[in-house]
Amino acid sequence: MVVTTGWYLALGAALFSMGAVGLLVRRNPLVMFMCIELMLNAVNLTFVSLGAELGDLGGQLSVFFVLVVAAAEVVVGLAVIVAIMRRRSGATVDDLSVLGG
Amino acid sequence: MVDLIWLVPGLPLAGFTVLIFAGRRIGEPGAGWLATGVMGGSFLATLGVFIDMAGRSSHDRRAVVTLFEWIPAGDLSVDIGFLVDPLSLTMCLFITGVGALIHLYSVGYMHGDDGFARFFAYLNLFTFAMLMLVLGDSLLLTFLGWEGVGACSYLLISFWFTEPANATAGKKAFVTNRIGDWGFMVAMFATFFTFGSLNYVDVLDASTAGTVAQGTATLIAVMLLVGAVGKSAQFPLYLWLPDAMAGPTPVSALIHAATMVTSGVYLLTRMNPLIADSAGWVPDMVAWLGVGTALFAATIAMAQTDIKKVLAYSTVSQLGYMFLAVGSGAYVAAVFHMVTHAFFKALLFLGSGSVIHGMDGDQDMRHYGGLRRFMPVTTGTFVVGWLAIAGVPPFSGFWSKDEILAFAWNRSPVLWALGLLTAVLTAFYMTRLIALTFAGESRYAEQRTGEEDAEAATRRADHTPHESPRTMTAPLVVLAALAVVAGFVQLPFSSSTRWLEHWLEPSLYANEVHLGTGGATQVLLAAIAVVGGLVGIGVAVAVYVKGRIAREPFEQPIFADAWRIDRSVAAFMGGPGRRGFEATNRFDGQVVDGAVYGVAGLVRRLAGVLRMFHNGMVRTYATGIGLGAVALLAWFLTRSTL
Amino acid sequence: MEVAVFTIGAAIVLSGGLGVLLARNPVHAALFLVQTLFGVAVLFVLLDATFLAAVQVMVYAGAIVILFLFVIMLLGVDRVDDLGIEPIAGQRPMAAVVGVSLAGLLATVLLVAVDGLTGARGGTPLGDAGDNTRRLGEALFTDMVFAVELTAILLTVAVVGAVALARRLSGPLQPLPVVAIAESDDQPTEADDEPAGATGEAS
Repeated sequence: MVVTTGWYLALGAALFSMGAVGLLVRRNPLVMFMCIELMLNAVNLTFVSLGAELGDLGGQLSVFFVLVVAAAEVVVGLAVIVAIMRRRSGATVDDLSVLGG
Repeated sequence: MVDLIWLVPGLPLAGFTVLIFAGRRIGEPGAGWLATGVMGGSFLATLGVFIDMAGRSSHDRRAVVTLFEWIPAGDLSVDIGFLVDPLSLTMCLFITGVGALIHLYSVGYMHGDDGFARFFAYLNLFTFAMLMLVLGDSLLLTFLGWEGVGACSYLLISFWFTEPANATAGKKAFVTNRIGDWGFMVAMFATFFTFGSLNYVDVLDASTAGTVAQGTATLIAVMLLVGAVGKSAQFPLYLWLPDAMAGPTPVSALIHAATMVTSGVYLLTRMNPLIADSAGWVPDMVAWLGVGTALFAATIAMAQTDIKKVLAYSTVSQLGYMFLAVGSGAYVAAVFHMVTHAFFKALLFLGSGSVIHGMDGDQDMRHYGGLRRFMPVTTGTFVVGWLAIAGVPPFSGFWSKDEILAFAWNRSPVLWALGLLTAVLTAFYMTRLIALTFAGESRYAEQRTGEEDAEAATRRADHTPHESPRTMTAPLVVLAALAVVAGFVQLPFSSSTRWLEHWLEPSLYANEVHLGTGGATQVLLAAIAVVGGLVGIGVAVAVYVKGRIAREPFEQPIFADAWRIDRSVAAFMGGPGRRGFEATNRFDGQVVDGAVYGVAGLVRRLAGVLRMFHNGMVRTYATGIGLGAVALLAWFLTRSTL
Repeated sequence: MEVAVFTIGAAIVLSGGLGVLLARNPVHAALFLVQTLFGVAVLFVLLDATFLAAVQVMVYAGAIVILFLFVIMLLGVDRVDDLGIEPIAGQRPMAAVVGVSLAGLLATVLLVAVDGLTGARGGTPLGDAGDNTRRLGEALFTDMVFAVELTAILLTVAVVGAVALARRLSGPLQPLPVVAIAESDDQPTEADDEPAGATGEAS
């Protein structure tokens, strides 16, 4: 039994789906963010495994940049969450429905 | 000179604009002189164009002068342009000429009235609309004028609108005309659909070239006839004309005798190629409708007591003659009679206005009598008009009416017989009018039936009727002169004397019917007609002047009541008609409006449903994104070959 | 051997993911996230991406998750039962649909693909595990130096932005507006006169 690329891809798919479901189900903004991180990681895994299959360094380079951008995103996102959520303890995303119509 | 044709409708329009804004300030009589001067200028312009046109050869006598493009809408292109050809020029001449005379007359007639300036503003506007009607180079421009004269007719009939009856008469005229307008509009739609254009040049040339199917031409011709019936007060849309006598007499003279009511005849004459292209029964229908209306109206005129009502029904009757001519294919005769009728009918109306003016507003002929002593000029000119309409040679009415009867005989002897009968009745009731008004002894100082005040008669004896001022009598004289000589433009003796026929030739596209009968028959027919006229006059004299025959058999109550048509129409409209109208109204409100509101309501409900998705919750939106992504992925999967 | 390592790595990753999903305490969720990240790093090593594995642990687990924990502590650990109730009707079924269909579709792609990978080959050649860092460095700082500089700018901007977003304005903190879903009129905008309009539109 050899580990083929397909196994990695399948794992990535499963992780991505889990992240998506988590995003939709959880109400704590920080946990939602963590689910986003899960999804990003699944994508990273996919990139690297495909890069390894194709013998191209491009996969890893892409992951590098994804990592950087994810970091930047987390920084800004957490700042936003802090700015909004510090007013009230126990706030959830459901309370941010001012734009409803 | 032809390029100056825009002056002809332009001057009255300018006059209207000035008067509508500054009329009250100009006041009496300045406003009147301004309006009359404008009309005079318009007449001179027409004369100039006419001289230019007359100098050209027959083929050259059609010009289209375009001012600017009015409606550029895809296939439909309508310009403000004028079709200057013999037919429109003939109409312009008598519209502006008679119109100017009537304007002059009105300066005297409307003296002292509060709405003096307003009256002249409306008269100018009316003239503008009428000139646009005849000069317009497309059906749409004619319709513009058509509607314009209808609106002005309404404004002028209900001029003294503080009296409810006058306002009602105006409304009646407008509504009845509207029915005819519907016919005109349908004809316009059909014309555009068939020819792709509304221009007379395009339509008539195509029609003459024979490219129109008979069915289409029939439809258009019949719809135009509906419009003409409304405007020219033929049966059954004549009801408004007698009521329209509620307006000032100059209005009756101008609009309801000389000009507006002839629009229908003009329209049919203008569109003669289409009538020629239509089914054979169409001209027959026109002819029978015309002669039927003529006879019908003549019977009613015999029993009327209001002087203006007699003349109103007389107008309906004479218009019937013109329709008879059109239906018999005698377009020249129709136009000829239009011209002579304009002169003598305007003369008669203005004369009656003079009488009413002299009698201080009393219109009941039973109170007249012996007025020849007090109003010599009026009497003299009125007599000329009477002789013209009765068809006594050599006055103009004889020539034109005879022309029509000759063509009627050519079409069908029955038509001729009915036309002859009508002529006899015409002579009769007009003589009756003259006798009651001018002849005999004056009756205004007599006790009237139903009058309770015994002293009123003696009080009236002190008052004498007076002749009208010069501004009113001068036009009468001019019109009388015209009524005498106008017949000479179309004398049937030989080709060279048939000047009007040659002049109108370019407009008629050779659709004029040629008389099959020889000269001898024509002379015989003319002689019979003259005899008939004299019989009518003689009987009337015997009844009303000499008193030898009783008047009751002639003045049948059913005639006086106009065959009870008005009453039946009112009963229908009030009864079953009203239910129909209300049902239509409900339909409009529920179905038509309902559809529109229904669409709006549907959109609203849909929006309300979609609104549910916008609850402002982040996770709902995330769900949406997720579902969308899944759908996209699925779609790509199904599309691509893996 | 590879299979065994993969299996273990996969197990770590999946269980960590489930943990993030189901943990009630956000701190526990963060720790489960660390577990997942570590599992992914293991898989990176298996794929010869040694540099990335290291970076993954250092940056993701070492910095980003720390950030998460900082913020959790700052905002207070909620005792609110996050998973017990679901206020939006139909959200759970919808989420299930999304998750299952996503996983299913992706699996279908994997199973049905017959031509295999059709991506372009070539580009920068992959070396072995030992050479990985050097090759990565070479590629980044020669071919992609511009992109690297841009990421530097990006990070700077992110930091500046974060500072600007999260600073406190003078005055007492105002309560968060609570808007019922059915209402359509705008609420007073206290929550939205946030720092310098960076939080977006005034409603």
